[in-house]
Amino acid sequence: MAASSTVKSARKSLAWLFVILAGFTGLIGFGSLTDENASFTPKLALDLQGGTQVILAPLLLDGQAVTTEQLDQAVAIIRQRVDASGVSESQVITQGDTNIIVSIPGVPDENTLALIKASAKLEFRAVLVTGQGSALTEVDGTDATGDATTAEPTPAETPTAEQPTPVDASDLNWITPEIQQQFDALDCASAFREPGQIDDPKVPLVTCDVSGTAKFILGPVEVDGANISDASNGTVQSSTGASTNTWAVNLEFDPEGSESFATVTQRLFPLEQPRNKFAITLDGFVITAPTTQAVISNGSAQITGSFDRDSSKVLADQLKYGSLPIGFEVQSQENISATLGQDQLTSGLLAGLIGLVLVVIYSAFQYRGLAIVTVGSLVVAAVLVYLLIAFLSWRQGYRLSMAGVAGLIVAIGITVDSFIVYFERVRDEIREGRNLEVAVENAWKRSIRTILASDAVSFTAAATLFLLTVGNVRGFAFTLGLTTIVDLIVVVLFTHPLLRLLARTKFFSSGHPWSGFDSKALKASGYMGRGQFRTAANLSPGKAGKVSKEAATRQTISERKAQQAAQEAEKSGGK
Amino acid sequence: MSKLSEMGNNLYSGRVSIDIVGRRKLWYAIALVLVVLAIVAPVARGGFNFGIEFRGGSEFRIDGVGSTSQQVARDAVTSVEPESQPIVTSIGVDSVRIQTEQLDDVTTEEIRIALASAYGVESGAVTSSFIGANWGADVTSKALNGLIVFLILVSVLMALYFRTFKMSVAALAALAHDIVITAGIYALTGFEVTPAAVIGLLTILGYSLYDTVVVFDKVRENTVDVEFSETTTFASQVNLAVNQTLVRSVNTSVVAVLPVASILFIGAFILGVGTLRDIALALFIGIIVGTYSSIFIASPVYVHLREKEPRFLIKP
Repeated sequence: MAASSTVKSARKSLAWLFVILAGFTGLIGFGSLTDENASFTPKLALDLQGGTQVILAPLLLDGQAVTTEQLDQAVAIIRQRVDASGVSESQVITQGDTNIIVSIPGVPDENTLALIKASAKLEFRAVLVTGQGSALTEVDGTDATGDATTAEPTPAETPTAEQPTPVDASDLNWITPEIQQQFDALDCASAFREPGQIDDPKVPLVTCDVSGTAKFILGPVEVDGANISDASNGTVQSSTGASTNTWAVNLEFDPEGSESFATVTQRLFPLEQPRNKFAITLDGFVITAPTTQAVISNGSAQITGSFDRDSSKVLADQLKYGSLPIGFEVQSQENISATLGQDQLTSGLLAGLIGLVLVVIYSAFQYRGLAIVTVGSLVVAAVLVYLLIAFLSWRQGYRLSMAGVAGLIVAIGITVDSFIVYFERVRDEIREGRNLEVAVENAWKRSIRTILASDAVSFTAAATLFLLTVGNVRGFAFTLGLTTIVDLIVVVLFTHPLLRLLARTKFFSSGHPWSGFDSKALKASGYMGRGQFRTAANLSPGKAGKVSKEAATRQTISERKAQQAAQEAEKSGGK
Repeated sequence: MSKLSEMGNNLYSGRVSIDIVGRRKLWYAIALVLVVLAIVAPVARGGFNFGIEFRGGSEFRIDGVGSTSQQVARDAVTSVEPESQPIVTSIGVDSVRIQTEQLDDVTTEEIRIALASAYGVESGAVTSSFIGANWGADVTSKALNGLIVFLILVSVLMALYFRTFKMSVAALAALAHDIVITAGIYALTGFEVTPAAVIGLLTILGYSLYDTVVVFDKVRENTVDVEFSETTTFASQVNLAVNQTLVRSVNTSVVAVLPVASILFIGAFILGVGTLRDIALALFIGIIVGTYSSIFIASPVYVHLREKEPRFLIKP
């Protein structure tokens, strides 16, 4: 009776494993039909596959120089931005005194280039005046456009003497005749901003929106990107809580930012159009200028504009890791080959395979028939890891590097350890005189505790390092976490059920010398009847009782029932 | 049955017992000597040989070459600097990029000429510049942060699971022992310290704790209620636990070391995979030391910390 439920639950576990394997296979298979990024072949990292080398040169105004600190800071920020887009182990290094080389696998698209080169200086300014995005003199005259372009955009000047001093950032007194003239002449179709231009945050700014359809005179900067504590992207929720198709970037401000934001929205809210608008500029261009609907005092804001999923992610990642101290332009973009050839990957895999064969031979030598369980479990683990890597390289941008391959090979040992802990426990139980079926159940309860505790240590290592580090360490942590989870899945859903089923076969349960559970050999040396056995270990009989009591208190009700049933089965069948 | 499992029977029953806990002064002495050696010897030898990824280096670029063969560049560089392990990449269709450790001006010029003649181009087509470290200070400081947070988390986790912080202390002592010795031996070999080697060291960190937890789980099981026993002591119960898990420890370390040894010896020395040599070496030493320390350091230290507790001294 108890036996058939064992078989049932073992079959159920195996069925779950099958569902997981089939699920991932199906997902990737479906994905490969609908999404060009999905494939059953995992993507390889820079060292194995090559990629693109982008050389970035700083955008400097005349007389401006880039310092080593600025360059190092830019490297650190760019590395974090690149890391945020996936686990790809990219390379970000300085070259000479001014340039930065970013090497990434694959070919970067516009979004990726924007992610690495844009300074991403975010500023919030109050809107003073808005207008159509063309020069005022002649709306559709192309000649006038040319004139407007030659009309040099003079740097904004502080109010002159005859101009009353503005009282706050929304004061129209900021608009000096020079600024008005600059605004009138501005044509958004022209290249009116110099690349890398840095605006004085204390004076008004005359600029256009990113699409070039509207132009603005904006007040001085009131809140900027440095006050953002976190940024993420997501879809906008409608008033009923349903998500819409509009993508937005959600911002969280630090306390200082929250306070200024509250003050500004309080001031803008009662003003008339367009001075109740609050413009958000990115590197000098207005992304959006929403009307102030309410006083925002909770320190969070949402930017909507013409975003899609990817561009909102790019902006969120840029804002999260801060703006670059200087802007960069792409000086060259070239394909680079792999530093390690295909032959080296093959050699590495071959070495791993030889190692695997040695493991199989050793486990056959130690565990005889049980080696089938070991090999089977390793095969399942390998298939699962492969599927997960293919899946994650599609969804998370994971790339397999040579160090990753080494990590996977090492994981063989750590995965097999779970089986060894389990098998040794089963042997201990047989030494105590239990028959195999009972031994397997008892050993499982004890060994799963050990396996869970030790895997928890590995997983803590993986999760902590993944969240807190950058670059290669992050790639390593990802591989470690992946193999730890796979180890747990395999031992729970494959190794244990398989052993339960095998324990019922005659070959194993009779303690055949080749089964790995040779009952004669295991019992011969140590077993002297239960209880007496413990004396050999200098334990009082009372202690043995307490130990089992302690074990019993740690059991759940169902475990206790199962054990009772097992003991009964042992009494009737064991003699 | 193999000898090992027969040994396992005897160890399990206590018929054969290796006195590990009792001889702890000996293990402490060995550990002290090894740790001191691991610190002093590499320093005497000139410290770690950090690679280009950590220190930055020199970069050469050759434009307009007929063939972008990577071997040509390696040979040209090693003809001038035999110790160098250049990273060669081809760029676009007719350019080659070579990164080496930082070189002085004279050597840089020599390599420029060697590269130009090797690829059959004018020496003007070979440009050189300095490059910064990919594994810069920012990566290191973030990694250290992560490490400290991890060690605190895992100590708390172990203290909660085992219900005594003394196991955490013992495990961390064993961990420090493993890391110092592994790093020391690595430095002694004079292998270049690459990101892969550092990652190998981080793997050892995880493995050492993992292995200690497995042994300690058995120790915990054996020492429950030991204060009520009239015939046994805390120390002898820990010793029994270590003996009972000895077969598992040997089997696990053999299984873990086999693939690593295969990469290290077959991969690096026969097939010539340079990249895997560094990580495999760090792992090879680390796994052996990590298994050793769970038995000979962590368990004796744990006994040391606890056996003087009043409840283990006064028998009812």
